[in-house]
Amino acid sequence: MRVITLAHGSGGRVNSDLISNIFFKHFQNDILMQQNDSSLLQKLNCSKIAVTTDSFVIRPLFFPGGDIGKLSICGTINDLAVSGAKPVYLTAAFIIEEGLNIDTLEKIVVSMAQTAKKANVNIIAGDTKVVERGKGDKIYINTTGIGIIEDDNRILSANNIKGGDIVIVSGTLGDHGICVINEREDLGISVDIKSDCSLLNILTQDILEVSENIKFMRDPTRGGLATTLNEIAELGKISMVINEKDIPIRDEVIGMCELLGFDPLYVANEGKLVVIASRDDAEKVLEAMKKNPLGRDSKIIGEVIDDNRNNVYLKTKIQGTRLLTMGEGELLPRIC
Amino acid sequence: MVRRYITVKGIVQGVGFRPFVYKIARENNLKGWVKNTSKGVYIDVEGTIEKINSFTYNLKHKSPIVSKIEEIIIENRQLVNYKGFKIEKSDREKDTVTLIPPDMGICKDCLRDIANPKNRRYRYPFTNCTNCGPRFSIIQKLPYDRPATTMDKFQMCDNCCYEYMNPLNRRFHAQPNACPSCGPKVELIDNCGYKIICIDPIKEAAKFIKKGKIIAVKGLGGFHLSCDAKNKKAVQILRNRKHRPKKPLALMMKDIDTVKKYCNINAKEEEVITSNKRPIVLLNRKISQLPENIAPNNNKLGVMLPFTPLHYLLFDENIEVLIMTSANPSGMPIIYRNKEAIEILKPIADYFLIHNRDIYTPIDDSVVVVTLNKERVLRSARGYSPVYIDIKNKRNILACGSQLKNTFALSKNNKIFISQYIGNIENLETYNRFENILSHIKKIYNLTPSVIAYDIHPNYWSMEYAARQDIEKIPVQHHHAHIVSCMVENDIDDNVIGITYDGIGYGTDGSIWGGEFLLCDYKDFKRVGHINYVRMPGGDAATKEPWKMAISYIYNAYGNEVYKYMPRVLKDRNIGPVLYMIKNNINSPQCSSMGRLFDAVSAITGYTGRITFEGEAAILLESMADMNENSRYNYDIEFKNEKYIINTNRIIREIIKDINIGTGYNFISNKFHNTLIDFSVEMCNIIAEKYKIYKIVLSGGVFQNEILFKGIYEKLLDQGFEVYTHKIIPCNDSGISLGQIVIAGANCEN
Ligand SMILES: [Fe+3]
Ligand SMILES: [Mg+2]
Ligand SMILES: [Zn+2]
Ligand SMILES: [Zn+2]
Repeated sequence: MRVITLAHGSGGRVNSDLISNIFFKHFQNDILMQQNDSSLLQKLNCSKIAVTTDSFVIRPLFFPGGDIGKLSICGTINDLAVSGAKPVYLTAAFIIEEGLNIDTLEKIVVSMAQTAKKANVNIIAGDTKVVERGKGDKIYINTTGIGIIEDDNRILSANNIKGGDIVIVSGTLGDHGICVINEREDLGISVDIKSDCSLLNILTQDILEVSENIKFMRDPTRGGLATTLNEIAELGKISMVINEKDIPIRDEVIGMCELLGFDPLYVANEGKLVVIASRDDAEKVLEAMKKNPLGRDSKIIGEVIDDNRNNVYLKTKIQGTRLLTMGEGELLPRIC
Repeated sequence: MVRRYITVKGIVQGVGFRPFVYKIARENNLKGWVKNTSKGVYIDVEGTIEKINSFTYNLKHKSPIVSKIEEIIIENRQLVNYKGFKIEKSDREKDTVTLIPPDMGICKDCLRDIANPKNRRYRYPFTNCTNCGPRFSIIQKLPYDRPATTMDKFQMCDNCCYEYMNPLNRRFHAQPNACPSCGPKVELIDNCGYKIICIDPIKEAAKFIKKGKIIAVKGLGGFHLSCDAKNKKAVQILRNRKHRPKKPLALMMKDIDTVKKYCNINAKEEEVITSNKRPIVLLNRKISQLPENIAPNNNKLGVMLPFTPLHYLLFDENIEVLIMTSANPSGMPIIYRNKEAIEILKPIADYFLIHNRDIYTPIDDSVVVVTLNKERVLRSARGYSPVYIDIKNKRNILACGSQLKNTFALSKNNKIFISQYIGNIENLETYNRFENILSHIKKIYNLTPSVIAYDIHPNYWSMEYAARQDIEKIPVQHHHAHIVSCMVENDIDDNVIGITYDGIGYGTDGSIWGGEFLLCDYKDFKRVGHINYVRMPGGDAATKEPWKMAISYIYNAYGNEVYKYMPRVLKDRNIGPVLYMIKNNINSPQCSSMGRLFDAVSAITGYTGRITFEGEAAILLESMADMNENSRYNYDIEFKNEKYIINTNRIIREIIKDINIGTGYNFISNKFHNTLIDFSVEMCNIIAEKYKIYKIVLSGGVFQNEILFKGIYEKLLDQGFEVYTHKIIPCNDSGISLGQIVIAGANCEN
């Protein structure tokens, strides 16, 4: 079994072999193959450039519906997509723990290459470091994304959100987080929950095409829907009322959450979208989202209200109202 | 001839105090005046020394039933030669400390009035006098006068006016005084909002009740949902519509004879249930025809007698027992406004029996139980609240109370005010109710807190609330507050050993506590013992599903052999993942809670469901107990890290052994209770020996368990301890606010 050694990150022969045999082989494109200290790009033809960066740390590396490679591409592409940008380039940096199986690394890189191709972007620069055994968790990946905004008018800003706007989600919530914890913890439960890890750039394009009145979009990743809605409320200086009965969640996810004592609204997603649209366009947007396979289960879950407390109110199934707060810290038992 | 200037403080407004003064002044031929102020009642009298002495004697010893004199100050003044005796107009003053009287159930005289066809108040549902009727719930500000109440909008007719002005009339200055020609009126409305045209809406409502319909009835402090309690189907419909599958429903019974027909009731219980406070009393049920779905698997029934004329009139039509459950969708605060009631209760009620006397401050029914021949308040509300307590304390403090069964407390001028039961602050509606009642009380008493006391639990609502207040903050540990609340009530302020048995409270070590032995004074506490820690797989999820706690305790007792000893009732559960969570500490905090131990044993002995109301599994376990079993299980008390730890492993193992040899659950339950009593008493002995403290204070919601409470109390007393228990302050989390405020008072900067 071939494994990563400290030499693979030392800058010598073994290191450059790894780069050629794994990274160049799979990521291959003209810009990357310049093999310069920095990659030189043609001037981008657009009014604004969007840049985002994210690091990916996940255990296990492979899980139903994805792996750390796919995740590292989707995460960054999605951050570009929800800002209304069209993704064009990515960079990728790896921190690898000594002892990682090279076949495993290659599988991850292949997954990254495939996902990037699907998103129609090139990986144009990269880096590899190896850390001693025990100093890392197999592999960490950082990706930086560059996107273009062709039309200035399409820049989405939370400032545009107003009372009466409609809140839409693109599908069931909590799948990724629950899938990963089930895999990681080896709970011995056979449930059919796949991570929703996917590229949202086509879906966001579909949405932006159908309506001029998209106010804001965000992908509810870490911290789940509740945290993302709170961020939006804070940014937009508005409040929202969300109807619990309308929030799509799979029965399996609800079951797992009950077992584990988690609240699905705080569980991570990796391929979902929250869209704030004007009331008049909401139905139209919903329809367009449903046509895209990734938005098949889209639902209107609530609305924006003029209320400067920046709260997210959840109308529960039994008519009560719960304040959904920012997911912070540990969930401690409260009920007697 | 001498002159005396007398100030009377306490509950002396709206309770017929001035007419009483007027009467005894005239009887003694005294001249002068009496006046209500927001500081209390002032009396200025002139007369012979003997007559004045007789007057002050009567003042102290013959005051109206509802009044509560806290202080009488008598000063000598220069004679001014008053002519007659007058009741003067009320004064408005700053710095109010006058106490608002609670609402009171209808008195015998008024009951006679409404039953007498010749009386002008025959069948009038808003009949009241100075001895009865609404107070706290209709008062908008002090001093308590008609314009300061929601009765302001009704102009008294000549007859009513005459009663109101006549000091010798029972209705003299009865602020809510009214009659059919000038007062509030009832209406019956269907759930589409249409008024039912009829001569007597109450009779009509009673007819619908007999047909099995559900009626929302507006009472003193809010709405009830009512139906014929003998109609099992109607009860079930109410349960289904209210999303309340199993929690016991309160009953209202026609009269005390009916109560005796369905319940075993002793003299003390009779005294309590017939008192003018008219609480819900938990009574032992007789085997009877009443449907089981009123209170499934429960030996007790919550029963009250009618407390307003309207309720009495409902019983006219051959109705004997009514369900009277507070009208709110599960978990929401009690509804008290007409519009809101019709809107929110539409899916639950078929009809609405409403009226136009507005409720200003909503208040639930009180719940009490008689244990060891003492009345013990479990929910302090109508008739009991507000509660006032005297204490040395300089600062104005607000104590937020707990998350569940919330009450708050405010202090000013050496007096603590404790609010009525507000509810579980788990939703915005209840939180808003808290804020409204708080701001009302702050305004009435012209009070601005400069210190805030709150629970140390990081996820309690009060943490964020306190953070927003720009005043001195004093965080208080939950169980310390429990014990201090009981100390204050019993007037002890030196060191005690406190036993708190309850569901959940955040501990200073970051774990969940609830089976604690604390050395306490007002200022501080030291944890000297507790039930051993086990994990709570899934946190709150383990409280909702007691079988998870069972697995946790069984794992603690057997380690990896757990499967071998798993009792049959638990075998088909999803044990693997729960065990994994426990072993790997996934969302599984440690807890030492007596409530969770009860849950675990209840699940081991057959409780299979999901909890639908607090204490459900524990109540089932208690109700199963066979009181003839005297043996107990073995346990160990270990001394670790300066603390005595009750190790429950042998208890669990022996219970499982008992199950395997076919011992009945009723014996197991009783043996389990005996065990808890024994280790509690043994712990007290060990701790008392070591710290030389012999005063024991019992607090925490688990003490609502009668077997445990009586057992521990009596055994401790037998062994020569001084034992202090709750009476007027609930042992459950409704008592937390009092504990917090006293602890904060002892700790804040002076
Ligand atoms: Fe408690
Ligand atoms: Mg990012
Ligand atoms: Zn009366
Ligand atoms: Zn009248």
